[in-house]
Amino acid sequence: MTRGDRTFVAATGAAMGLLLAAIVALGWALVRLGAPALGPELLLGRPSADLARGGILYAIHGTALSTLLMTLAVVPFGVIAAIHLGELARPSSRVVRLVRSAVHALAGVPSIVFGLFGLGFFVLFVGHGIDALAFPGAESPVLGRPALLWASATLAVLTLPVVIVTTEEALAAVPRELREAAQALGATRLQGIVTVVLPAARAGVLTGAVLATSRGAGEVAAILFTGVASYVPHAPTDPRDGFMHLGYHVYVLATQTSDVEGSAPVMFATALVLVLVTVGLNAVALVLRARAREAVR
Amino acid sequence: MRSASSRPALLLLLMALLGWACTSAAGREGSDAVRIVVRGSDTMVTLAQRWAEVYGDAHGIVVEVSGGGSGTGIAALANGTADVATASRRMTEEERAHIERDRGPLEERVVAIDAVVIYVNEDNPLGAVSLAEVAAIYRGRTTRWGELGGDDEPIAAYSRENSSGTYAFFKEHVLGWHDLAPHVQCLPGTAAVVRAVASDRHAMGYGGLATASGVRILPLRLADDTLSQPTREAVRAGAYPLARPLYVYVLAAAPDAVRWFVDWTTSSDAQGLTERAGFFPTGDA
Amino acid sequence: MQGRGRARRARGLEWLAERMIAAVAASVVVALVLVLAFVAREALPVLADAGGIARLRELFAPSGEDGSFAWQPVGHPPKLDVVPLFVGSLKITAIALAVAVPVALAAALFVSEVAGPRTRRVLKPAVELLAGVPSVVLGLLALTLVAPAIQRALHLTYPANALVAGLALSLAVAPIVFSVAEDALAAVPRALREASHALGACRWQTALLVVVPAAAPGVTAAIVLGFGRAIGETMIVLMTSGNAAVVDASPTSGARTITATIAAELGETERSGEHWHVLFLLGLLLVTFTLLTDWAGRIVARWLARRRGEARGGTP
Repeated sequence: MTRGDRTFVAATGAAMGLLLAAIVALGWALVRLGAPALGPELLLGRPSADLARGGILYAIHGTALSTLLMTLAVVPFGVIAAIHLGELARPSSRVVRLVRSAVHALAGVPSIVFGLFGLGFFVLFVGHGIDALAFPGAESPVLGRPALLWASATLAVLTLPVVIVTTEEALAAVPRELREAAQALGATRLQGIVTVVLPAARAGVLTGAVLATSRGAGEVAAILFTGVASYVPHAPTDPRDGFMHLGYHVYVLATQTSDVEGSAPVMFATALVLVLVTVGLNAVALVLRARAREAVR
Repeated sequence: MRSASSRPALLLLLMALLGWACTSAAGREGSDAVRIVVRGSDTMVTLAQRWAEVYGDAHGIVVEVSGGGSGTGIAALANGTADVATASRRMTEEERAHIERDRGPLEERVVAIDAVVIYVNEDNPLGAVSLAEVAAIYRGRTTRWGELGGDDEPIAAYSRENSSGTYAFFKEHVLGWHDLAPHVQCLPGTAAVVRAVASDRHAMGYGGLATASGVRILPLRLADDTLSQPTREAVRAGAYPLARPLYVYVLAAAPDAVRWFVDWTTSSDAQGLTERAGFFPTGDA
Repeated sequence: MQGRGRARRARGLEWLAERMIAAVAASVVVALVLVLAFVAREALPVLADAGGIARLRELFAPSGEDGSFAWQPVGHPPKLDVVPLFVGSLKITAIALAVAVPVALAAALFVSEVAGPRTRRVLKPAVELLAGVPSVVLGLLALTLVAPAIQRALHLTYPANALVAGLALSLAVAPIVFSVAEDALAAVPRALREASHALGACRWQTALLVVVPAAAPGVTAAIVLGFGRAIGETMIVLMTSGNAAVVDASPTSGARTITATIAAELGETERSGEHWHVLFLLGLLLVTFTLLTDWAGRIVARWLARRRGEARGGTP
């Protein structure tokens, strides 16, 4: 190796080392600060009035429910759209290029703008509209206010690009021979997709769903005005309710509780739980993606 | 191939089970109950959460509480996204007119008395401060502790965000509606300001008395050079210049359940909660 | 006879199903249009009300007491100068990119040019895991751990400032830049590297003079994605920037970004007030800006790809 090479390896290695060190430091700090308060009282406890010492059961519940609703909405939508883009339409068609541009553009929209959209469209337009049509005499808005439903809908629009891109990738990786075999056996294009291509791309499609779920679970800016609350006295079961959320709980504890020292353990523990969920989901997605690639090979 | 393909399916099944478990196990009781949405003041959010706990448990009603600032609560009442607004500042004439035009007459209740205090780090030797000096600091005219008799270090002045009723109160009563200096940092929420001041020798902040723990509250030097402390006696006697009522707003046309809740907040049971939250009961106004 | 009718019905159903699938795909475009339309719907009244373009110009002119820019939406009268918010967003983004892009690109080069395939299989997912950390947690850790340390080290007045926000943001941006850049670098055909070696180039010459230019379109895309992520981030800057609407070039002073302003203030404002419309206008300007830079980045990437194709003297 020349001296230039040695410098090159050292410099790039140092950069890699810096990134890894940052990751390790982050993980270590979170575990050290959050693990002490982590336990069944925290995970299964109801929130206290001042949030500082209570449990995060309702926040976990709220996060799980909003993410689940989001996933139920976005996965069918995204997979179907990806099927059109990848399997049915001519690759050079104008619609395909337009949709791909739209996907790319949606991916670039800042999450706070999605929050504005969720408020302006789902809460104030769709919600108010439904209220006006279905509940004209109501004293207070039924659906025209921030709710679990609208927050999940907003998150679904936000994560749509992730699902579409990952699914398209997964579908494209399915070998041509499988499609041709299906056609040779007399299946129509759609039958071939549903019975052969989709199952073959199953792991990749699931990757997209899991990545979207991870993104949705960690997203706070988009739910600020569309449904999250700092305190609900019971676990949300009605999609018209507000809900607590792990990420928002961390933010509230960091900025809005009066007991700064007392709330720190719960705050870090909540952050730790949230990171375990999102990073855990991401790890699952990575494993799925690796397995999908190997299966194709 | 079969083992690899069954794993993702298992995962999906697990997630579905989790979702179902969450939905069915916890809190069936809330689904058909009356719902009251309370939004507004960060200063009052802990108190409101205590109300939610006590009143909700006693009456089987769901009371949902969020902070965000007095402005948030008033806006939510105007938009119809909240039933009750808590505010640490009085609603302005414009806001009242706007709401009454769109949603009908409004009711205003005073539920507690709070004292806005100026605080500094516990290690700060400053004895007292006058409102004029505070104004000079927050307008950017005074920038170093040396100008107040301390060591020659820059003053790190902190403010609440402009959605806060405390901010509006401070701007009106201390700054006389002049602009805050741009370099004054606006932290989102009470705890952030307290935390910032508690960890920095050269910091100054303001906020409600109830939230000022871990910091040193400065007595105010009045025009006649006497010192005024934010005590119950001073507030009752009107001797503390930054005492303020805390308000609750509700529509006159709100459902009965909501109005009973609001009535309860001024009852003696609720006043006990008020005192425990660090405020003064309304009898002291 | 019956078979033919059934076949036709099946074909009809299939045609219908394909149309519906196409409709779902088209609805993605509808979603984008709705996002832009509903943000614009609440933003445009700023221009439509008395003043029009003049009002817009006012938003960009200083209205502070001493001639400086003032963002004081609560006041008599309210002051809504947007310039400090733009300056804050751009300043913090610049700091974040200045830290994240070199480190991420260098790390990507390490993985694609130096590390062996086994190391790559471990390193790449490890960095991608960082992308899974929610920004609110990054903000929390920066606020509680990084900010006090930097304040002590540099003797700053405030712990929260553009520098801390930029550093925290760089942790969010780096994995994205790394991931996309590494994909682009790894996609450069091995033949190119081998040809370079055959001509006598050593490793760093191959990497910097052959591979990187060949991967230029992808690397550009990576940087543009990083930029979009940085300028659109909300929670990190809300917690660590100090939210001070300052206009200056110093990284150690506070800053107030467009995103944090919207997040902190939207809840407060009443629907249809001027403040409300201005916040939506800020959102519209922000998303327009990110879409434009994204589009510009794609054009640059495509131009670079074309140039590379021409330089190789054949089909790209």
